[in-house]
Amino acid sequence: MKSKVWFNVLMAVLVAGLFLTVSCAKKAVVSDAGTVKQVSSTEDPNAKAKAEAERLAAEKAAKEKAAKIAAARKAFENEDVHFDFDSSELTAAAKALLKDKAAWLAENASASVTIEGHCDERGTTEYNLALGDRRATTVKAYLVDLGIAAARMNTISFGEEKPLDAGHTELACAMNRRAHFAVK
Amino acid sequence: MMKKNALQGFYSVLFIVCFWIPVCHGVTYINISNPLLKKTPIAVPDFKAMSGSAEEIKDGKIAIQILTEALNFTGYLKTMDPIAFLATPAQSGIQLSEINFRDWTGIGAELLITGGVLVESPGNVKFELRLMDTFNLKLLVGKVYTGPESQIRKMIHLFCSEISFVLTGKYGVFNTEMAFVSTVDGNKEIFTCDFDGQNIKQITFHKSISLSPSWSSDGKWLAYVSYAKGKPDIYIKNLQENRGAIVNLKGMNISPDWMPGQLKLAGALSFSGDQEIYLLTINGEVIKRLTDSLGIDVSPKFSPDGQKIAFTSKRAGTPQIYIQDIDSGSVKRLTFSGLNNTSPAWCPDGRKIAYVGIEKNRIDIFVMSIDSGVPVQLTADSGDNEDPVWSPDGSMLAFTSTREGGVPRIFVMNASGTDQRRLLGINGKQTQPDWSISDSTREGM
Repeated sequence: MKSKVWFNVLMAVLVAGLFLTVSCAKKAVVSDAGTVKQVSSTEDPNAKAKAEAERLAAEKAAKEKAAKIAAARKAFENEDVHFDFDSSELTAAAKALLKDKAAWLAENASASVTIEGHCDERGTTEYNLALGDRRATTVKAYLVDLGIAAARMNTISFGEEKPLDAGHTELACAMNRRAHFAVK
Repeated sequence: MMKKNALQGFYSVLFIVCFWIPVCHGVTYINISNPLLKKTPIAVPDFKAMSGSAEEIKDGKIAIQILTEALNFTGYLKTMDPIAFLATPAQSGIQLSEINFRDWTGIGAELLITGGVLVESPGNVKFELRLMDTFNLKLLVGKVYTGPESQIRKMIHLFCSEISFVLTGKYGVFNTEMAFVSTVDGNKEIFTCDFDGQNIKQITFHKSISLSPSWSSDGKWLAYVSYAKGKPDIYIKNLQENRGAIVNLKGMNISPDWMPGQLKLAGALSFSGDQEIYLLTINGEVIKRLTDSLGIDVSPKFSPDGQKIAFTSKRAGTPQIYIQDIDSGSVKRLTFSGLNNTSPAWCPDGRKIAYVGIEKNRIDIFVMSIDSGVPVQLTADSGDNEDPVWSPDGSMLAFTSTREGGVPRIFVMNASGTDQRRLLGINGKQTQPDWSISDSTREGM
């Protein structure tokens, strides 16, 4: 009888212990779940940041590339080929610049351009129209020699009609003696 | 259309009666190509109001004003101050027999004009005009003009043409027009005006860059250059009818000039890749290539006989003026001094060429006798001077100058370079005058 009592006591303790254990286990599970959650929330931001950084980097690169392309195009359009007074001959600087222009045209094979020939105000209107025509065609011929298809380039002379600098100084005249590129 | 109808109306009411045969002179009174020419003093006293009406007095005053301005425009006449006059033909009589010539020779008048005004019907006026030689007591011109009061200016200018003819052997500038370029809202358009800068009319409305107007010798056509289609093309335009042509070949199509007496033009085109001068039909088709040299050939100007062209070429390394025979193709270089000589203009006498020379950044107008080859500078120390063009009688040159505040304006001067004065008082920038060759009002008269 005494041993039965001990058995009952033991059982009670065990059951209680089991309950306790169960409740503990339950608690542990709950807390585990919380931990898992916490773990996942600490790992997720890292990946996102990385992806974001990659995205930003790619965006930046794309932007930079676009900017580079735009800058290249801008330079292509804005950097004029300059000439000496009453001359349509290409200087060393003009040839170097035209090599850059040829490279741009080679990279942008779909682009076609208008080459404008301009003059300073010295010289008569009609002579300067002819001189501007000669400047534009000389530039075109040089680019054709560098491998650019003639069909992609047309020429217009503006003579002294469209000065870049309306001044009358030597510098203004030098600025105005130019071949200008416009992408169509 | 308006202009045409107005002109038809004008011709139907304007009768010109020559009531004396002009005295035939073996020699001309005034040699307008003489560079040392002194101006001849001419007296223009008040006109006689034939019936004494206020309208006649008013019309007379208008006519005197127009007459005085026109005579002073010439490089060879100078109207006298009426304060000096000792006689009054308006009262004492306007006919030769009624003039006491000592009244006029005494004050130094070498020529005398008398006039009578009669208003025949309201708005219609008759002028009886005489030019007399006071020293030789001779009548040089006598004419009667009848027409509406709106045409007083025309009638007086026709009389001036007669004066010019009897004095110089040429009809002069009085019934000629000028074409020129002027800016409108930043665009360059073609305009025309009378010889004295009056009656300004805008001809083109391209809202683009329009340049280099050139009159056909019958005065009915203008050729010019315009960027209306984006590049320089030659436009050939009939001024009375809505027709014409465009030369828009690849490259530039510029510097048109009409062949005298023919409806053909020369122009500089670059469709071949080189700037060369071509002969064109009035429809803008190429008849033949005139020049053949690598480099710039531009600005053709026909000789008065149409046999030759003067032009600018860079064939010798710098721009210089050359003369080429159209049929034979033989070429002669005209200018040798200076490194930049362009824009030739052939004098109507056939013997001289005016052009633009640039030396030490100074742009000036020169004239050269074709035979002597000696350049004579006509402008100096007065801004940039360009675009010389001769008056049809060769007595004057019109040109562009920046002497007034750096803005280009149209000026005129006598052939010897004297009396340089501004022609037009309008705003904007004016360039590239071209003087009409013909006196179209005398056709069929």
